[in-house]
Amino acid sequence: MAYSEKLVDHFENPRNVGALDKNDPGVGTGLVGAPACGDVMKLQIKVNAEGIIEDAKFKTFGCGSAIASSSLVTEWVKGKTVDEAATIKNTDIAKHLALPPVKIHCSVLAEDAIKAAIEDYRKKRV
Amino acid sequence: MTTPVYLDWNASAPLGEPARAAMAHAFTVAGNPSSVHAAGRAARKIVEEARASVASVAGAGAARIVFTGGGTEANALALNGFAPADCIVSAVEHDSVWAPLSGARVAPVDRDGIVDLAALEALLADRPKLVAVMLANNETGAIQPVAEIARLTRAAGARLHCDAVQAFGKIAVDFEALGADTLALSAHKIGGPQGVGALIVRESVQVNPLLSGGGQETGLRAGTQNVAGIAGFGAAALAAAPMAAGLRDALENAIRTAYVGVAIHAGAAPRLPNTSCIGLPGVSAETQVMTLDLAGFAVSAGAACSSGKVKASRTLAAMGAGTGAGEAIRVSLGPTTTTEEIDAFARAWAALARRLAPAGAKIPAAA
Amino acid sequence: MSTATIKPPANDRANAPRRPVYLDYQATTPMDPRVLEAMMPYFTEKFGNPHSRNHEYGWEAEEGVEKARAQIAELIAADEREIVFTSGATESNNLAIAGVAHFYKDQRDHIVTLVTEHKCVLDTCRHLEQEGFKVTYLPVKPDGLVDLAELDRAITDRTVLVSIMAANNEIGVIQPLAQIGALCRAKGAFFHTDCAQAYGKIPLDVDAMKIDLMSISGHKIYGPKGIGALFVRRKPRVRLQALIHGGGQERGMRSGTLPTPLCVGLGRAAEIAKNEMATESARLLKLRERFLKTVNEKLPEVFLNGDLSNRLPGNLNLSFAYVEGEGLMMGIKDLCVSSGSACTSASLEPSYVLRALGVEEELAHTSLRIGFGRFTTEAEVDYAAERIVQAVSKLRSMSPLWEMAQEGIDIKSIQWAAH
Repeated sequence: MAYSEKLVDHFENPRNVGALDKNDPGVGTGLVGAPACGDVMKLQIKVNAEGIIEDAKFKTFGCGSAIASSSLVTEWVKGKTVDEAATIKNTDIAKHLALPPVKIHCSVLAEDAIKAAIEDYRKKRV
Repeated sequence: MTTPVYLDWNASAPLGEPARAAMAHAFTVAGNPSSVHAAGRAARKIVEEARASVASVAGAGAARIVFTGGGTEANALALNGFAPADCIVSAVEHDSVWAPLSGARVAPVDRDGIVDLAALEALLADRPKLVAVMLANNETGAIQPVAEIARLTRAAGARLHCDAVQAFGKIAVDFEALGADTLALSAHKIGGPQGVGALIVRESVQVNPLLSGGGQETGLRAGTQNVAGIAGFGAAALAAAPMAAGLRDALENAIRTAYVGVAIHAGAAPRLPNTSCIGLPGVSAETQVMTLDLAGFAVSAGAACSSGKVKASRTLAAMGAGTGAGEAIRVSLGPTTTTEEIDAFARAWAALARRLAPAGAKIPAAA
Repeated sequence: MSTATIKPPANDRANAPRRPVYLDYQATTPMDPRVLEAMMPYFTEKFGNPHSRNHEYGWEAEEGVEKARAQIAELIAADEREIVFTSGATESNNLAIAGVAHFYKDQRDHIVTLVTEHKCVLDTCRHLEQEGFKVTYLPVKPDGLVDLAELDRAITDRTVLVSIMAANNEIGVIQPLAQIGALCRAKGAFFHTDCAQAYGKIPLDVDAMKIDLMSISGHKIYGPKGIGALFVRRKPRVRLQALIHGGGQERGMRSGTLPTPLCVGLGRAAEIAKNEMATESARLLKLRERFLKTVNEKLPEVFLNGDLSNRLPGNLNLSFAYVEGEGLMMGIKDLCVSSGSACTSASLEPSYVLRALGVEEELAHTSLRIGFGRFTTEAEVDYAAERIVQAVSKLRSMSPLWEMAQEGIDIKSIQWAAH
């Protein structure tokens, strides 16, 4: 199982590790996965008044592919509108990181994490 | 005592330099090929490269190569799960095929050891599930028309298992052209190490694993792979070159000249270029082997696999050799066998024939 | 909280070995150069087929094989005629279990084994179940050891075989073989023990422990891969139906040309193990203590799986809570360790052995097997401990579960979506 350079880079130098204040009305938090399944992702987005995601943070319990996938999506969502971010597909993540077939579920989880964070943000807005 | 002349290559060939070098490298790799860490991946790479080598030499294309603990295990794996009553086996198969199929219907051979295709076709009318016919015989070297047999078995809806342990590396073996469903190979007959073999399995064919647990070899053969042995097998397969029959033919000519009563079994059949099965009427095979051993020549009687007891050869008996089945030795040559060794052997054999052949046989004065 | 980057101390970098540090001695071991040295002549000048009884090449090879057989037997106080060569412990286990079950199937049809046995034992038992045999898979106690009272109850007058490993491949715990043997003998069941991990590592005596069949591996004791052995007791005699038929080698129990150099290698490896077991065990115990001390001092919430006192001296299996094992392995790429066991590590399931101990799934996912062996140095142990401490600390700082635990949130109280 040889991993791509991009994947290894995201794993070794993860971007945007950390936490945002989950009580901030502009912050959406997604928590997906399960410890018993071996991966849990927490992805947070901070959305400004224009509806642009100006910051994103993650923490992930999981394998290298799960950590790299979540690191990658925090980079991707920054600067996007919430609607744009919602269109990120797991296949794009898997392709970018050249995930091996047994690790495709990590990209699915990352997509789920974005969606969950957006949903949480939207719930707070209504 | 000087080093005996080794003319028993069909029993086991000495390890060749390419295999030795590949193994020397592989022995320095610590990992288990199933481990995901760096050491494990290095071991796995060795196994997979050897798999590609064996596949390319055997013309196996997309078929699966399952590494086993030897040719006997490869045969056992191919046959596992088949009831003998559902099988047809040629009369001249190696014991590793013959024993597990004990009770199967037997396809007879002609006096040169070649399967009687008409008789096989008649047996196929009973719709057997499996037919086992070897590619080349270990005792006589006779080569079966496997491609033709594959056509017949396929038409009858049966599977064909082919034991190519003796043929591989000595003649060109092309799995696709042969058309067998499973093909057994061994490393130590071709300058690879003992303890490694392979079964080639056609993609569409299901085999029943003999050893379970661990999931190695795509679930078909559990157990940590013999990494160094497999590396040696791959290297030996790449290095094996089909041999010329010149030396063997020279040997047989010399022997025929020395003693007209000699029987070269399967002499009229297509044969492996290195094998000669020489019968000396009236002299037991055991006596011949021991006499030649004392004279400094390592040859064998029948197959070497049994417990050491020399019995009459089942193969020769099936060829209609009668009492001759207990009176033949196998001389098998290797790529490093020299003309001098063959000349010396021919002289020793002539002396043996003069001394031991029954009185009344016509023996020329000199060889 | 910002990204945590924990740099290794400078002196550690300087000491870093160039090749990855091999700490996976339960998966396989490097060959001892002395073993290779003993094997080499049998690859070249003594290359004969050991079954060729009629010439010198065959005799030389046979002599090598028979000497090895005696060396292998001596380590377990067996008779050399009780040693059958196989292609490895997997084949030995298959042969012992299926062989005994098939041979005695008209008399007895029940097998007892443990849920923590090696895959090849469990798979063989499953096959036998499909054929109509009954199999009892006994649970183990939280320390990984068999409950002898439960074993006693499980063995009936229908039980033909009890198969219990000596030492576990993942957690290294050593079962009470002598007590198990006594129970089996008293009830007329054969006792098979998979000693792939234990042979050559701990003292074993087939008579004192009343062992009837024992599986042995070459490549776990610094010998070659592709060779193993099965001890088959002669008095009282144990009979087997062969798996591989043919030339009738190994007294009909296992046909096929014996790989002389590999047999010789296993013999030599056994001899070295016999001579050096005591000193090697003491050394490995010290290394293990040293490693554990560093880790325990520097990391909270590290849990040892399996009993510590009844354990192979070179084995550790640790759960690093809140850090997923595969991710951890990637973080310590210059260490060769294993998450789960080597045979199954390609799969993403948590170890069934740890689950059997009652280790919860989330903790089972955080486990590493760390194996020390003959060529492990003190410097390597120190380096490995530091690297693991760094990687675990870094990954915990990135772990949402660690964060919750620090905040006092009970992870079990959260409604996790299964996926």
